[in-house]
Amino acid sequence: MLLSVQNLSTYFFLEEGVLRAVDGVSFEIAENETVALVGESGCGKTIVALSIVNLVSAPGRIVQGKILLNGEDILNLPAGGIRQIRGRQIGMVFQEPGAALNPVYTIGYQLREVLQLHQGLSRREAEREAVRLLAETGIAEPERRAKAYPFELSGGMRQRAVIALAISARPKLLIADEPTTALDVTVQAEILELLRYLQDQYKMAILLITHDLGVVAEMAQHVLVMYTGKLVEMARTDALFRIPKHPYTQGLLNAVLRLGAGQKEPLCGIAGAVPDFLNLPSGCTFQGRCPIGDSTCTTEFPPLREIAAGRRCACYKVQGD
Amino acid sequence: MGWYVVKRLLQAIPLLIGIASITFFIVHLAPGDPMDVYLEERYRREVDPQVIELIRKKYGLDQPLPVQYVKWIGNLARGDLGESFRYRRPVASLIAERIPYTLQLTLLALLLDALVGISLGITSAVKQYSTTDKVVTLGSLVLYSIPGFWLAVMLVLVFSVNLGWLPTSQTRSLDYELLSTSGKIADRLGHLVLPVFVLGVASAAGTARYMRNQLLEVLSEEYVLAARARGLPETSVILKHALRNALIPIVTLYGLALPFLLGGAVLIEKVFAWPGMGLLAVEAIGARDYPIILATSMMAAVLVVLGNLLADIAYALVDPRVSFDATRKA
Amino acid sequence: MPQEKLELVILPLVPPVAAAKGRSPFSIARRRFTANRLAVVALCVIVALYLVAIFAPLLAPYDPSAIEDVMKTRYLPPSWAHPFGADEFGRDLLSRALYGARVSLSVGLLAMLVAVFVGTTYGAIAGYAGGFVDNLLMRVVDVVIAFPKFFLMLILVGIFEANIGALILILGLTSWTDTARLVRGEILSLKKREFVEGARAIGLPHRLILFRHLIPNAMASVLVSATLMVGGLIGAEAGLSFLGIGVRPPTPSWGNMVSAGQDALLVAWWIAFFPGCLLALTILCFNLLADGLRDALDPKTLMRRYV
Repeated sequence: MLLSVQNLSTYFFLEEGVLRAVDGVSFEIAENETVALVGESGCGKTIVALSIVNLVSAPGRIVQGKILLNGEDILNLPAGGIRQIRGRQIGMVFQEPGAALNPVYTIGYQLREVLQLHQGLSRREAEREAVRLLAETGIAEPERRAKAYPFELSGGMRQRAVIALAISARPKLLIADEPTTALDVTVQAEILELLRYLQDQYKMAILLITHDLGVVAEMAQHVLVMYTGKLVEMARTDALFRIPKHPYTQGLLNAVLRLGAGQKEPLCGIAGAVPDFLNLPSGCTFQGRCPIGDSTCTTEFPPLREIAAGRRCACYKVQGD
Repeated sequence: MGWYVVKRLLQAIPLLIGIASITFFIVHLAPGDPMDVYLEERYRREVDPQVIELIRKKYGLDQPLPVQYVKWIGNLARGDLGESFRYRRPVASLIAERIPYTLQLTLLALLLDALVGISLGITSAVKQYSTTDKVVTLGSLVLYSIPGFWLAVMLVLVFSVNLGWLPTSQTRSLDYELLSTSGKIADRLGHLVLPVFVLGVASAAGTARYMRNQLLEVLSEEYVLAARARGLPETSVILKHALRNALIPIVTLYGLALPFLLGGAVLIEKVFAWPGMGLLAVEAIGARDYPIILATSMMAAVLVVLGNLLADIAYALVDPRVSFDATRKA
Repeated sequence: MPQEKLELVILPLVPPVAAAKGRSPFSIARRRFTANRLAVVALCVIVALYLVAIFAPLLAPYDPSAIEDVMKTRYLPPSWAHPFGADEFGRDLLSRALYGARVSLSVGLLAMLVAVFVGTTYGAIAGYAGGFVDNLLMRVVDVVIAFPKFFLMLILVGIFEANIGALILILGLTSWTDTARLVRGEILSLKKREFVEGARAIGLPHRLILFRHLIPNAMASVLVSATLMVGGLIGAEAGLSFLGIGVRPPTPSWGNMVSAGQDALLVAWWIAFFPGCLLALTILCFNLLADGLRDALDPKTLMRRYV
């Protein structure tokens, strides 16, 4: 198992109270596979990603958990330790295309910097490799682009450059946090295609964080559904889409517009709103919005139970197959 | 870039004319007869009125205001700044004499400001919420709030009057000529210490606060997080990636310091009797020496305009996102 | 699925989160301000100073211009009888400092009011009118700001031999440009918001829109700027008086007291010391207050950022 996250909890200690952004999350990612982490905006997905590479800054703190990368706990490494992992074994791609790029340095410079750091290349070698990487990620005229500044590139090109930066050291795991959300639809498809290609080339595992179920269907083998900082369902993609078990997952899938659906079909949302993180109800946090909830759901948050082979669900009302 | 500068300078001309006009009319709206300045009260009674009229004529003061105005603009364009009433010398030469003294103070103070202010600001931002940060933040606020002229007087009290380590005023000691070369240098430096320190420290406090805020803002940007996520060492992240962005507005700020270079030390020059531009202007105002007042006002305004231009050029040079084709307006 | 946050039309900024909780931006701001102890202390000190200045005639132990037996009272160091000592004419410096407070504090406050009034009106008109009017008004601003502020004050006060009233006017009229730009900027961005269109759609006249809705919204940042300005103006007046051009003796102003103190530095350090301390304290408090206000009113943190 490449990555094993065990009971990860990251809390934010604000003056208004403690915000449990990630609460007891556990999952695994095998080599060369794509796992999608889905949920609405603000459910804590990004914090999971940041926690994995220990980049959560005050007032947030990882309060418990183990993160095993190839069996080694990377949360409790000494200071320099995690820096060796970042960029080298785990690469990250962020949401805003190019927000990860420093606006005052050229693309080529930023690539070279990472190449020289992680692979000890000389300046000339790094220059060449940088151009090669840009070409590999589908950027036309890579030599010219390498000398360009981020603002001179389009959104799609910038995201490709960011991806190039992330995979430059051939990491075993790529964490992609909403990599296509801010892009045009056509560019989205290209970027996803690129990610699949790179995964194939370098045998990378991908943790794909998204709220777009279409992207999930296209890319992932496994899906993790997250709600208010906790995992509520885990399953293989095809199984999840065919028969979603958790009421929240069902709601998410129902809310997706289907092409060809008649005009008469009403738009389905999920009733209610996400509860305030500082004031979570005791018991299952989905109560009040859940069509099948009742008084048994109010005492404690339901544990994530294995209800079938390779499927887990956190709901009192869901029976195993 | 050359074209850009030329274009800006041409654009500045109507502004400069506006400034000159306003300066002229304000000064001439002031109450009082310039002749009272030129000749002290007691001499006026003794001097033949006809002579007074001749003097008035010489300075063109008998002409109607619009005529005087045109002459003034014309003179300005030729670089003729008139003649001082008090000193009976061309204003331009007076200014040329005084500028080096002011520059000594302000250039050194700016250097002190940059070195101390920027490094303190960086330290404070990097160690946010620590004791160092709180001390620097509060300390710089206190220093920034203390009136410079009073700080100067208090430092003179401590270091000159009580401790006798440093001289109280002037640029050099009375027995300067008798000193050896190294003695002369030491003397000049000794006289520079207090004024430069006061000037520099006050602006360093402001710079430190500003630098801290800018750096903190940059540190919260996503590309800094991304740089860390790529495994770059922290020093690199801060000094190479963050600082390069945070310094951009600071650099332009120094472009705007141009007027400060020549007039910002007014109060300090008064405290230390430092024979610079500021003191010249203050004395001229007290004595109603209009030619000097007019000339220094114009100079100050021109420097502000030039300073803005400098700041814009600096901005375009330092930030690759800004090019000279796009005209930047504040 | 991006969630559109509905803004309540017509009413000024009510963050949806706060509205749901029943907490208005004002009470959030007030709570945050009171949590900042330094700022609260600064506010109290300022209020105390102004009260002292107002009641100076009652509080001063001596008449500030009273010259008694000069030989006996000349250059007396600080003591119980004269807590701030006596100057070269034997005048009690505590009393002079109290009366000096009246001058310095009132000049600062009143000049700020002038600047804010002129600046807000100017900026609001420029921002709301837009187009040619805006352009013209901003060109004028460009000319005014071409003069370094202190220098301009120096010249105007000097050549017009300003009395205190004229001093206040001049200080105010040289300081309005920052406020004008600030207000103009706020109005320009507020103008684009839907609630202005809504107001026009129901037929509200320009004047009402401007005064009832737009200007109050811009006031938050003006408040912070105005507080800073008072500190700056008090310092400016002190500097001008120090140079002998602002408030002139025998009227006591903290600035000219420091100047007199410098002349007597060798024999009477207290003459320059105490007025300057008061100046530093006052300006520091205004700066702390401004900082506190800025933190409390920061719109970025008024809406809670979700994780």
